[in-house]
Amino acid sequence: MSTPAGTKHTKLGSEDSIRRGPPVEVVRYGPGKRINHWVTAISLILLLLSGLAMFHPSLFFLTELFGGGQMTRWLHPWIGVVLFISFFILFAQLWKLNLPNRDDVKWASRITDVIGGHEENLPELGKYNAGQKFIFWGMAALIIVLIVTGIMAWEQYFGHLTSIPTQRIALLLHSLAAVAIILVFILHVYAAIWTRGTIRAMTRGTVTGGWAWRHHRKWLKDIAGRGRIDPAE
Amino acid sequence: MANTMDSPRTAVSNPPVQPMETNLTQRDLIRRSATSELPQPERQLTPVAKLIDVSKCIGCKACQSACVEWNDTNPAVGENVGVYENPHDLTADMFTLMRFTEWVNPETDNLEWLIRKDGCMHCADPGCLKACPAPGAIVQYSNGIVDFIHDNCIGCGYCVKGCPFNIPRISKADHRAYKCTLCSDRVAVGQGPACAKACPTQAIVFGTKEDMKKHAEGRIADLKSRGYANAGLYDPPGVGGTHVMYVLHHNDKPQIYADLPVDPKISAVVQTWKGATKYAGLAVMSLAAAGTILHGLFAKANRVSKHEEEEAKELVDESVEHAEKREEDA
Amino acid sequence: MTNAWTDIKNTDLVVVMGGNAAEAHPCGFKWVTEAKAHRGAKLIVVDPRYTRTASVSDFYAPIRQGSDIAFLNGVMKYCIDNGRVQWDYMKAFTNASYIVKDGFGYKDGLFTGYNEEKRDYDRSTWDYVIGEDGFAVTDPTLEHPRCVWNLLKEHLAPYTPELVEQVCGTPKDKFLKVAEMISECSTPTKTMTSMYALGWTQHSKGSQNIRAMAMLQLILGNIGVRGGGMNALRGHSNIQGLTDLGLMSHLLTGYLTMPSEKDTDFETYMSTRQFKPLRPGQTSYWQNYRKFMVSFQKAMWGDAATAENGWAFNYLPKLDVPAYDVLRMFELMNNGKVNGYICQGFNPILAFPNRTKVTSSLSKLKFMVTMDPLETETARFWENHGDFNDVDTASIQTEVFQLPSTCFAEEDGSLTNSGRWLQWHWQASSPPGEAKHDSWIVAQIFLRMRALYAKEGGAFPDPILNLSWEYEDENEPTAEELAKEINGRALSDVMDPTDPTKVLVAAGKQVVNFSQLKDDGSTMSGCWIYSGCWNEQGNNMGRRDNHDPDETGAYLGWTFAWPLNRRTLYNRASADINGKPWDPTRKLLEWDGAKWTGYDVPDIAPTAKPQDVGPFIMNQEGVSRLFVRGMMRDGPFPAHMEPFESPVENVFNRKMRGNPVARVFASDAAQLGTSAEFPYAATSYRLTEHFHYWTKHNRVNSALQPEFFVEISEELAAEKNIAHGGWVRVWSKRGSVKAKAVVTKRIRPLICDGKPVHIVGIPLHWGFTGSAKKGFGPNSLAAFVGDANIETPESKAFLVNIEPSTAPKDKEVNV
Ligand SMILES: Nc1nc2c(c(=O)[nH]1)N[C@H]1C(S)=C(S)[C@@H](COP(=O)(O)OP(=O)(O)OC[C@H]3O[C@@H](n4cnc5c(=O)[nH]c(N)nc54)[C@H](O)[C@@H]3O)O[C@H]1N2
Ligand SMILES: Nc1nc2c(c(=O)[nH]1)N[C@H]1C(S)=C(S)[C@@H](COP(=O)(O)OP(=O)(O)OC[C@H]3O[C@@H](n4cnc5c(=O)[nH]c(N)nc54)[C@H](O)[C@@H]3O)O[C@H]1N2
Ligand code: HEM
Ligand code: HEM
Ligand code: SF4
Ligand code: SF4
Ligand code: SF4
Ligand code: SF4
Ligand code: SF4
Ligand SMILES: [Mo]
Repeated sequence: MSTPAGTKHTKLGSEDSIRRGPPVEVVRYGPGKRINHWVTAISLILLLLSGLAMFHPSLFFLTELFGGGQMTRWLHPWIGVVLFISFFILFAQLWKLNLPNRDDVKWASRITDVIGGHEENLPELGKYNAGQKFIFWGMAALIIVLIVTGIMAWEQYFGHLTSIPTQRIALLLHSLAAVAIILVFILHVYAAIWTRGTIRAMTRGTVTGGWAWRHHRKWLKDIAGRGRIDPAE
Repeated sequence: MANTMDSPRTAVSNPPVQPMETNLTQRDLIRRSATSELPQPERQLTPVAKLIDVSKCIGCKACQSACVEWNDTNPAVGENVGVYENPHDLTADMFTLMRFTEWVNPETDNLEWLIRKDGCMHCADPGCLKACPAPGAIVQYSNGIVDFIHDNCIGCGYCVKGCPFNIPRISKADHRAYKCTLCSDRVAVGQGPACAKACPTQAIVFGTKEDMKKHAEGRIADLKSRGYANAGLYDPPGVGGTHVMYVLHHNDKPQIYADLPVDPKISAVVQTWKGATKYAGLAVMSLAAAGTILHGLFAKANRVSKHEEEEAKELVDESVEHAEKREEDA
Repeated sequence: MTNAWTDIKNTDLVVVMGGNAAEAHPCGFKWVTEAKAHRGAKLIVVDPRYTRTASVSDFYAPIRQGSDIAFLNGVMKYCIDNGRVQWDYMKAFTNASYIVKDGFGYKDGLFTGYNEEKRDYDRSTWDYVIGEDGFAVTDPTLEHPRCVWNLLKEHLAPYTPELVEQVCGTPKDKFLKVAEMISECSTPTKTMTSMYALGWTQHSKGSQNIRAMAMLQLILGNIGVRGGGMNALRGHSNIQGLTDLGLMSHLLTGYLTMPSEKDTDFETYMSTRQFKPLRPGQTSYWQNYRKFMVSFQKAMWGDAATAENGWAFNYLPKLDVPAYDVLRMFELMNNGKVNGYICQGFNPILAFPNRTKVTSSLSKLKFMVTMDPLETETARFWENHGDFNDVDTASIQTEVFQLPSTCFAEEDGSLTNSGRWLQWHWQASSPPGEAKHDSWIVAQIFLRMRALYAKEGGAFPDPILNLSWEYEDENEPTAEELAKEINGRALSDVMDPTDPTKVLVAAGKQVVNFSQLKDDGSTMSGCWIYSGCWNEQGNNMGRRDNHDPDETGAYLGWTFAWPLNRRTLYNRASADINGKPWDPTRKLLEWDGAKWTGYDVPDIAPTAKPQDVGPFIMNQEGVSRLFVRGMMRDGPFPAHMEPFESPVENVFNRKMRGNPVARVFASDAAQLGTSAEFPYAATSYRLTEHFHYWTKHNRVNSALQPEFFVEISEELAAEKNIAHGGWVRVWSKRGSVKAKAVVTKRIRPLICDGKPVHIVGIPLHWGFTGSAKKGFGPNSLAAFVGDANIETPESKAFLVNIEPSTAPKDKEVNV
């Protein structure tokens, strides 16, 4: 996506570009990434619902959402496969931006300021903060655990591939990983909601200039510095 | 429940010929998978048991064919792979299987051909039921029979993982779990299991668990008199005892009988998975959800201020100016 | 069986040798488990393979197939040497004391009188010394050097444990253990039962195998007693009925024998059959032969059989050879001497040895009719199935008619079990499709033939035109009508012999049993030994009273056993010479001073005094025969003989091959292999999961044992590089098969005559029709030779070679 500095003809609405506004808007995700994200998100939500249906009897009623127990059991792993593929397409595009750096250490050490909303005490950040990166890597790792253990537990096709003691461990890990990913998911969603103005990054693809200034100033400065700015309307 | 007939006492004596109402009903359940609050049954049926005397078994497979006929399953015609076990394993169409082991007794140097009828043990503490996520897919009656209710089964295969004896099999045709029912449908109307009925040598007998234990004592005494000093009854306490028991000539080494578990119990992994994980998992997930909701309701949201929007605008405008200047310079 | 299945629960020792009771007779085997569980009985298995019977045995000893006589003679010698003989029984109830003619002897594996050219013995010296009184001479002290007992001891002398080990491959210590366990049953209070079947019969000296054990049982005092006996475990559910009803070419019904060419008229025929007693006061029941024979002829030809025409004796066919056994018939067929063949409930392509020869024989017929509920290989012998039936269809001109018939569950009738019980059964389901009862089919053939004879005459139409056919619907005689005919009835009033004014049986009434049969034409009976099965009391075969007073296992109210509802043959021998039971806890009969009382129907006249009449009333001697005189073609004592195809030489006569008097057709002799070419000793047998060649049509059985295999030892597999579960080719001089290899510890090489003998086990159930996997069977390999006395094929011992191989090729057949 990088455009050599000084190039004027930034494509309208392309990622990491600024629309002068008013109000100023920054394009955070192009449509491809957004579709990709929502496929991933919906998969995980369906997995969570279908998985939890089997996780505990009190949640078994959730199978009704999928057309009954048999359907739930059948669908869940397939959705898992969709999740896995979809997430790792996203992953391939984002992993570099999520590599940790020195600012992340500082950010993390001031976590109380993060929670308290005292952004002014935090270092200026690039496109992602340490929390997002944690979620990113956490999701990635857990999805790998889930797909591997999920396949081992997938009776219909792979029930004979591993021994039963192995499958027992797989299911234990799978449910632990599921719990973990659900926690990560909650964190992710809540962070998106709590940090007002974030959701639109994944719906419309843009954030306001102020949002970018407040949360990811380095990123904003960077694209501004590179002149990735659309002319005002 | 005064008038209802209790379980049959034995498969050997002639069963009733007059029609009978089923004697195993929902109200006789003492456990039901994925069901926490099961009403206490009003009555306690006499615990039953099938006793398989391995020392009397001639491996004729009459039990296997009777089981197929009674349950109307349709096992495939396979191939020979160099052994007498056919099919080669339990399947969703074969609830019981004769397993043949050629064992040379190190003490006598004599060959012994150990033939064990494999199938569900009807554990008092059934791992399958413990693992099952679908309410009512596995039930346990107060007479000890552990039965699969196929209508409720979702085909997840957890029972396979929960069972310490590797018994249930998931059908490729309808994706439901199958195993020996202890002929619950026959027992319910006063008949013994089909396999016991077919067994020509009465290696399989059926009756109350108490009677079967007594019967086993006699058999064990006979075996001891024939030099099998370690003859004994296999009724493993690790699963709370079973309602299918074996008389073994070498009860000190159950593993020589085609890997019969020495001390079967529900695997610790399964216990953790179905125990701690569930409680802790549900707790942390609910806490996290509740925590975020509360935080969302009561804590201040992280908002972008007007001032910040302006700062951004300034930055952008500055950048634009810079750029334009540069262009001009160029 | 001398005893009944249910009686086996009374035994102390079960010897399963020459059979595999648990696999071939699982339901009957229940009585062995009963004896073990409730009497503490022991079970010994002696078999080349460690079978499923062995798996529940107390002691197992291996034996090379075809060497049982050496083993049994060895046990007899052991018992005699160690004084383990039930002396009082042996002395009183056997011919041990009879003096044998001078000149009789045994040397180099042969008895006196051998004629190599004729392959037969001159048996004139094999007999008793007959005194001036016309009776056999005896020496009750057993001191006479030529008495049977001393000749027997002499005959057994070579059979030491060492010789047994050398011949049978049974390790000496194992043999001695078996001999010791058996010998313990010589006391009056311990009995042993012998359960055997094809492991003994399917040899060229099969009858002698059985004799050897029978003699051992007599020495131990185990015949006629509860829990004892010689118990032949019969095959098909009604195979006992087959022999009883004379479905063998040399027999009429009830073991009356077929006349030969020498029997030119009825009196000549009778003269060699009404045996006179050989000892004073003995019964010799065959003296009643005439009554049974005349009643039989009356049943066959009714009014056409008269005193004047010798009871229509000339209607009977006369044998020009000893028998038209199946081997001979196929030999004739193969020589183009047979035009048509009606094959009813038989699958010779799979059942008879040398499949190539059987196929070639069937190919030479003009027509063949099969009557079978199933699509058998025999009915389809002309169809090419690739390797599985590699025939050239175009070259076969035999016209085949397949007539679908019913099976037992689709008809009423009775089945006679091994214990001689005639058990009635009722139709359980109606015949499918076009299937018809065998009786309907046979009636149709008969009626059409009779019509043709009536119209066209012919060389000798009388036997067919006059055959009595008095059934309500001549198109289909019912089982009930046939059963009543077999029982017999009075044709005119039968008077009481003790009071000639009294009518014993009124004309038209059923006789109560064969004791009422007459030789004057006033009675008829289709099969005298079955008489009593359906008398005026009704259908006794349908009785189902399972009361068993004092739990003796007799069950006299359950169905009907021949003869006279007797459950244990020779039961008089259960008591000593004075009529006191040998073992009071196992009483069968007891002499109360005036008559015999007890749990069974006495074998001798109820008032016959114990000291007078011997228990073996079918013998002229009244006692049993340790020395069988000239009645068996291959010797009065059992002597070791090797199978025709043997991995080792006969230690008594290294040049002798097989049974020296067994019949071998020239073309078959040429097809006998040697151990140089075919080093491995094969045997064939059935598996409990299948019944012959028909349950492979059933999916459940097919699932339980899907595919043809052979069993070999781990040692042979290693030597030949054969993989467990891999394909092998097994071939003999007569054919070749492909099979999966079951490599097992249950078969071990035996050391015989100083060299290792490897055994190849070949089960017999597979073919090319049905729902199991297509396969082969042992009869593609087995030799076309039979027993010297009864022509049962030598299916249990032949030579093969084996090598690793690949899967056979099939060919799709579009019908
Ligand atoms: N399941 C089943 N049962 C059957 C039948 C069937 O097809 N299937 N068929 C029925 C019929 S028709 C018959 S005739 C009977 C036959 O019944 P059995 O005779 O009991 O059966 P087989 O399997 O032919 O042979 C018995 C055993 O003899 C052993 N044997 C072979 N040669 C020798 C020998 O020389 N000496 C000794 N001591 N043992 C030897 C074999 O290893 C085998 O284990 O079974 C009847 N029952
Ligand atoms: N090598 C070797 N060969 C052997 C043996 C062995 O041990 N080794 N055993 C031998 C022995 S003992 C036997 S008995 C034979 C068995 O040989 P067969 O008697 O040829 O074998 P089965 O398959 O029993 O054949 C009987 C046929 O009868 C048909 N049938 C059944 N019920 C009825 C009925 O009511 N009416 C009619 N018309 N048909 C009916 C069945 O469908 C079947 O096709 O094999 C013999 N061959
Ligand atoms: C209702 C559910 C979800 C909502 C509302 C949501 C919302 C968002 C939003 C607003 C962003 C943009 C944040 C930003 O750019 O700063 C985002 C980013 C992202 N989301 Fe989600 N999301 C949801 C579910 C998921 C799920 C289930 C996954 C993965 C399994 C996921 C993975 C990601 C990733 C990888 C990013 C990019 C952040 C990064 O690379 O660090 N999201 N999400
Ligand atoms: C990534 C690919 C995944 C695969 C292949 C997979 C597969 C499976 C399988 C096979 C089962 C057993 C039930 C069945 O057969 O349907 C299962 C159960 C479960 N899955 Fe997944 N799954 C995946 C992802 C997930 C995710 C992302 C979650 C959580 C959000 C999840 C949560 C669960 C839960 C809670 C259970 C029930 C476990 C229990 O009962 O203890 N799974 N999964
Ligand atoms: S497969 Fe087993 S564990 Fe799963 S629902 Fe069915 S019975 Fe229960
Ligand atoms: S043996 Fe297995 S399937 Fe049977 S009751 Fe026990 S745990 Fe359940
Ligand atoms: S009890 Fe019934 S279901 Fe179980 S093995 Fe026996 S016949 Fe089969
Ligand atoms: S029916 Fe009885 S004897 Fe036969 S295999 Fe089954 S348990 Fe063993
Ligand atoms: S034929 Fe059937 S009933 Fe008879 S012994 Fe064999 S298995 Fe049992
Ligand atoms: Mo037979």
